[in-house]
Amino acid sequence: MMLKTHPGGPSRRGILMASAGLGAVAVTGFPMIASGQGRRPIRIGMPTILSGRVAQLGISSRDAVLMEVDKFNAEGGLDGRPIEMIIRDSRGVPAEAARLAREMISDGVDILFDGEPSSGGFAVHEVVRETGTLTLHINTETSAMSADPRQRFWNAFRVARQGIHDSVAGGVYAAEIVKARNLRRWMTISPDYAYGRDTTAEFVEYLRYFTPDVQVVGETWPKLFQPDYTENVTRLAQGRPQAVYSCLWAGDLVAFVEQAALYGLFSQSQYFAVNMADYTTLKQIKQLPRGVHSGNRYLSSYPPQPANAAFARDYNRRFNNYPTNWAWQAATAVHLTTAALKKVGGTDPRQLAAALKGLTIDSPFGADGKVTMRAEDQTLVGYAIGWGTTIPTEPYVEGIQTANWSQIFQLEQEWKKGKGWA
Amino acid sequence: MDLGELVSCVGSLSCLVTQVSAGLTIGLLLFLVASGLTLIFGVLGLVNFAHGTLYMLGAYFALSAYAATGSFLVSTLAGTLGVATFGLLIERTLFRRIYGADVLMQLLVCYALILIMDDVVKIIWGGDFLKMDMPDTFRRPPFIIGGGIVPLFYLVLFGVTLAVALLLALCMGRTRFGRTVRAAAVNSTMVASLGVNTNMVFAAVFAIGAALAGLAGALSAPIRSVVPGAGVSILIESFIVTVIGGMGSIGGALVAALLIGLTRSFGSIGFPLFTEGLMFLMMAVVLLLKPSGLAGKHPA
Repeated sequence: MMLKTHPGGPSRRGILMASAGLGAVAVTGFPMIASGQGRRPIRIGMPTILSGRVAQLGISSRDAVLMEVDKFNAEGGLDGRPIEMIIRDSRGVPAEAARLAREMISDGVDILFDGEPSSGGFAVHEVVRETGTLTLHINTETSAMSADPRQRFWNAFRVARQGIHDSVAGGVYAAEIVKARNLRRWMTISPDYAYGRDTTAEFVEYLRYFTPDVQVVGETWPKLFQPDYTENVTRLAQGRPQAVYSCLWAGDLVAFVEQAALYGLFSQSQYFAVNMADYTTLKQIKQLPRGVHSGNRYLSSYPPQPANAAFARDYNRRFNNYPTNWAWQAATAVHLTTAALKKVGGTDPRQLAAALKGLTIDSPFGADGKVTMRAEDQTLVGYAIGWGTTIPTEPYVEGIQTANWSQIFQLEQEWKKGKGWA
Repeated sequence: MDLGELVSCVGSLSCLVTQVSAGLTIGLLLFLVASGLTLIFGVLGLVNFAHGTLYMLGAYFALSAYAATGSFLVSTLAGTLGVATFGLLIERTLFRRIYGADVLMQLLVCYALILIMDDVVKIIWGGDFLKMDMPDTFRRPPFIIGGGIVPLFYLVLFGVTLAVALLLALCMGRTRFGRTVRAAAVNSTMVASLGVNTNMVFAAVFAIGAALAGLAGALSAPIRSVVPGAGVSILIESFIVTVIGGMGSIGGALVAALLIGLTRSFGSIGFPLFTEGLMFLMMAVVLLLKPSGLAGKHPA
């Protein structure tokens, strides 16, 4: 049946124009007002995602930062100067993240913690390239951010795991499973943006490096934050792969796992989901499939160090929640920053950048109890990486095999040479 | 582009069963949202840009009801009736003031409502994504029909959404209420002069449209992430459906929604890198060939 519009009501042309207007407003957002003018604290700005499907990225980053900053301030700060955090919600819109970064910089922050994932991280990166603000990217995992010399400049550092490290570690681990179970037919399902594309390509590259006869017979690329994965799940069902790789994460991974489980996919194929072993995901999946292979994002049981367990306990006590991968990265950013501040004794960005380069600190999250800000490409190395298989109850992942950083360094260097980056 | 894979799929019963069942289910879910949107537009002249918010609220109401009762039936009813009640409330207090108004005024009011409700949801349920559970019965291994895979929960979704679509068609086409609604859409002044309380009719239409969106949200909650702002992407797809189907046409919305569902399903096989683009391509082709939409009767 056809229902007639009110006379004088909106035309289709008007509606389409208004839809475009709504989209434009949604993208640019309404202006936000900065606050937090202090006396003489060390001011750190942090744009991140505090709402939406991946709000836990920003929420857990913020919580970890605040917890570690409070400790620093309680110990007297930098000669009595506390750190003041100014944290704003970008809603996952890269343009908004860049705008917030500019706003914070014009408000005179001393340092920027970019709490955006790769989608917004590169937008913030371009802002600080121009302004020369000392910036620590705490959630950007796309390797090119620090590996590509064109993306590198003196004031930007990455305090996050990165795709190439995870991919080498994952490739080594997966190759062993491939050999043991003869898994030759692979498919991939990863989010359709820089991180998903790059990380998947790197994983496949190292999987083939160790097991050259592996074939990728199909791939499917859901959009970031896509609401429904049925079409991707049925694509995987049709491909009948022996193994599937995915770097979906957070709410996207949860929705995919729920839908894939209904189609019985986890009993048909071996799944390698690099981002599964994070409490954000593990706690939300109602029936966690047993035997999914995953890299450690954040687990209180890995690395098996008392300091790591204590970090998880303190975080849980204060926020009634579990830390995430983003939480340990954010905490590490505070640890490195405060170490550099103490070393320099002030907030001069050039001096702080020089202090950060090559800085090694004790860390609850280090493979051997330490992490390093590698000088050559200003990126974090030495953090604990391991792969294991999921179980439905605590500690959620068992049989974790620790990655060998010497092997990662060697293959990372070859990968850079192949790209013309080294 | 993988045309060989697509041809192979179309020639395989197992692939056809899997893709058609998935495409129809997703299409029918989309129809629930789009039919409410087109119903409200057709009768009230209101372009409800906040329709996605009603979908989101349906998911949250269902999630809370399921957590409290563990009953899928109760959670579905809570999502549907809760959003219908909310729809009635905002229609009486807000939307009735902008019927037939300039589309920019409607956009402003709707966008304000979207922002307010997103914040209300964050205050009540938090900003992080949530996941609704489902009864263990629905988690049974999927049916294998002709070699194709059909999950039990998708059959439930298919059955419920198809029943609601038929009920809506019956209600609008064969009942006195449906005739009154259609008459009010053509000339509400004339209908009022016959002694019909058109304000009540408008309120009822808005509530039905809201209930349909709420039902879609409630049914989707067990398989999708429940999150503030979840209505935005579904709203865009719903607008595509209403434009392809013909604005104001419920039958057109049904055909368009099923077409979108099947296009996405088979597009993922043959055009894995262009599945999203296929929807917009289809919309562009329909607008070029028939600017008023598949079932539209009025020129743009």
